[in-house]
Amino acid sequence: MLRYIAKRVFSMFLTLLIIATITFFLMKLLPGSPFNNQEKLTESQRFALNEKYGLNDPVPVQYINYLGKLAQGDLGYTFQYDGRTVNSMISNGIGPSATIGAEAILFGTLIGLILGIAAALKHNSVIDYGAMVVAVFGIAIPSFVFAGLLQYYVGVKLGWLPVAFWNGPEYHILPAFSLSVGVIATVARFMRTEMLEILGTDYILMARSKGISKNAVILKHCVRNSMIPIITILGPLSIGLITGTLVIENIFAIPGLGEQFVKSINLNDYPVIMGTTLFYSFLLITIILVVDILYGIIDPRIRVAGGKS
Amino acid sequence: MKKSKWSLLLTLVLVLSMFLAACSGGGDKETGKDTKGGDDGKAAEKPAEPQVLNLLDSEEIPSMDSSLATDSVSFEVLNNVMEGLYRLDKDNKPTPGVAEKHDLSEDGTVYTFHLNPNAKWSDGSKVTANDFVYSWRKALHPDTLSEYAYIMGPVKNANAIQTEGDPLQGKVEELGVKAVDESTLEVTLEAPAPYFLGLTGFATFYPQKEEYVKSKADQYALEANTLLYNGPFVLNEWKHNEGWQYKKNDNYWDKDNVKLDEINVKIVKDVATGVNLYETGQTDITGLSMEYVDQYKGHEDLYTRGEAAVFFLRLNQKSEALKNPNIRKAIDMAYDKKSMVDVLLNNGSTPAYYLVPGDFTPGPDGDDFRKTNGNFGKYDLEKAKELWTTGLKELGKDSVELELLNYDSDGAKKMGEFFKNQLEKNLPGIKVSIKAQPFKQKLELESKGDYDFSYAGWGPDYQDPMTFLDMFITDGGHNQMGYSNPKYDQLISDAKKETDQKKRWEMMLEAEKVLFEDQAISPLYQRGVTGLQKPYVKGLAHHLFGADTSYKWAYIEGKQ
Repeated sequence: MLRYIAKRVFSMFLTLLIIATITFFLMKLLPGSPFNNQEKLTESQRFALNEKYGLNDPVPVQYINYLGKLAQGDLGYTFQYDGRTVNSMISNGIGPSATIGAEAILFGTLIGLILGIAAALKHNSVIDYGAMVVAVFGIAIPSFVFAGLLQYYVGVKLGWLPVAFWNGPEYHILPAFSLSVGVIATVARFMRTEMLEILGTDYILMARSKGISKNAVILKHCVRNSMIPIITILGPLSIGLITGTLVIENIFAIPGLGEQFVKSINLNDYPVIMGTTLFYSFLLITIILVVDILYGIIDPRIRVAGGKS
Repeated sequence: MKKSKWSLLLTLVLVLSMFLAACSGGGDKETGKDTKGGDDGKAAEKPAEPQVLNLLDSEEIPSMDSSLATDSVSFEVLNNVMEGLYRLDKDNKPTPGVAEKHDLSEDGTVYTFHLNPNAKWSDGSKVTANDFVYSWRKALHPDTLSEYAYIMGPVKNANAIQTEGDPLQGKVEELGVKAVDESTLEVTLEAPAPYFLGLTGFATFYPQKEEYVKSKADQYALEANTLLYNGPFVLNEWKHNEGWQYKKNDNYWDKDNVKLDEINVKIVKDVATGVNLYETGQTDITGLSMEYVDQYKGHEDLYTRGEAAVFFLRLNQKSEALKNPNIRKAIDMAYDKKSMVDVLLNNGSTPAYYLVPGDFTPGPDGDDFRKTNGNFGKYDLEKAKELWTTGLKELGKDSVELELLNYDSDGAKKMGEFFKNQLEKNLPGIKVSIKAQPFKQKLELESKGDYDFSYAGWGPDYQDPMTFLDMFITDGGHNQMGYSNPKYDQLISDAKKETDQKKRWEMMLEAEKVLFEDQAISPLYQRGVTGLQKPYVKGLAHHLFGADTSYKWAYIEGKQ
């Protein structure tokens, strides 16, 4: 298992290097300059500024310079804010983003599982239909619509929760809930389908006929086996949340990182484009790795060959 | 069995809670409006109320280093915590800042500023003439080259210092600024510039205390406490990406005229969120986008305000069809700018039939530039068709295909569609294709001349028609459409040298006429902004270039 993880970590860095390379050269194809007031700069001023930031060098030279710094963990300075490093932008922004992301995943998975299990156990009942209506709405309606509605009705009309900002636990509820709606829906649907399938298998019938109580069968066999696809989708789901946080952070005025991912591209803020891309790639790859490891824990059959532990 | 009862309950609670939020608020529609100030007028006699203003801004402050700032958020914050030689007042007239008064040489090129002995930094030390010399040179120095350094253009040698290959390149000590003594600053200009006094209120011209800046090194101005202030307020707190707080500056020379004690600014990017915060009384002012304007039509808090930015279509005179003046004139007359602005923008913008915006600069006679020169061209279908047919004949064609280079924002896309539809409906044989591009890419294509029409805008850098007019001199850096008329070039270069204000003004008026005789551009609109402002917020000063707002004279009255 350890060897397997070591191998995976190595290939992870290789993947990151490839991503860095491709992103760097694609990014350099973007027309325009990273300067805020590009439209007002004359040709010679632009030249002087490019000189200052080393942007007049040939692209391969810039690439080597970048990699050199990257190897030391230095992502450079942003063009948007004076004297701020990309490292500090990421470390300051990731806190709030990761917090609402994690809250949404936890809450969403929990509720989704409960809904899915309930729907499967009460197949073709009001509960089943109710849960699936929720699921369909949850998938069909984007999180920012929920966010807008919640903000208006719960925040403005009822005044129960803060409209926006990021000052304490009560400020997390609306954004995390808006973001979790999609997770609830996806998890509930997968769980229901999987549970129904497993409930109809022979080994469940067998377990029941051996006299094991219904609850024990459901918990130990049904739910555990149904979790495998859930774990699979948790990876992509977490990544999906990154794009979700982007909009949710805007709506609730949360000082997160999401916005930079898109904004930096529009502004040609090269170091931030590279920094956020690499950071999110790193996250994605790590999540995939974690998911692969989790498989083995949930289902010994999937345990990777060579892993003896 | 117990377990399934549990899940039933949970499911129900969940289903309910999902829809509770959306349904239960519908009954009480008016709860948001609890903060209307009822009493006005006589409030002034009441004991002082808390002088706290709550605001939103859409962006984190990109730069607090006055010599490096480039954007409207930085300009606005700097304008309220710093002060230049002069500052713009409510009527956008220069009023004394650090300088108490000034003398001007007869030829209009040498200003001698006498600094106010009471002007102090927030650490209590005096603001000296050297502080200006240092920061002005810093803005032009190759190591710290500011993206806004070009604004120093009127100062002697400023352009040469930033020009590649010039013998003066990088030699900032050659800049036309000199500290005669501690409280006397002498500034030499390249040529007389009547707008220079107002320009000294622009961020790039603010002072910086060399000793302090150097002691903070690369940490200077990165946090609220690594910066010295000399304006009406200081930054008390600056939480990156969340907001900042101003506190009244006790060391400010004119603190008796500063009424607000505290201004809280939160960063909110979403217009709907801003409106919700306004409705719950958490902000005193919020901007509105077009879709909210109808909702608040007739609301007493709604304001609209004209700005000095003008949007127009560049007509690329290197394009085969647009080379023809009749074609250009026909196009300008063939679409209805008024409906375009009223229906698509609906935000206080006004249709433009000119280049230099209205209510921007009064001339030596006191009349607004716009009032003297009037409008050029109007929506006139018959005339448009006539000119169009003549133009096509001259081209020897019966149809032309033209490309509109556009921004990719929703608003701009609607404008583009409108323009296309109107032209294709009104001018036989024209076909317009639209190329919407992200901002930076659009600028790049524009500077390469790779377009026929381009939707463009220009905001002033200083309060003078020249900031718009010198854009279109032959091969000018911002011309970007191959427009060239020797008569126009002559007028602009003469006006830049002219010392007689009346003659100078005449030349600029004439230049704008020439531009429209040629129909070099097709103006679209002069931008306005709209939003909501609580009636108890008073005394805000709005500006037409640089910073949008000054809070120096603002106060709260009648909130309680």
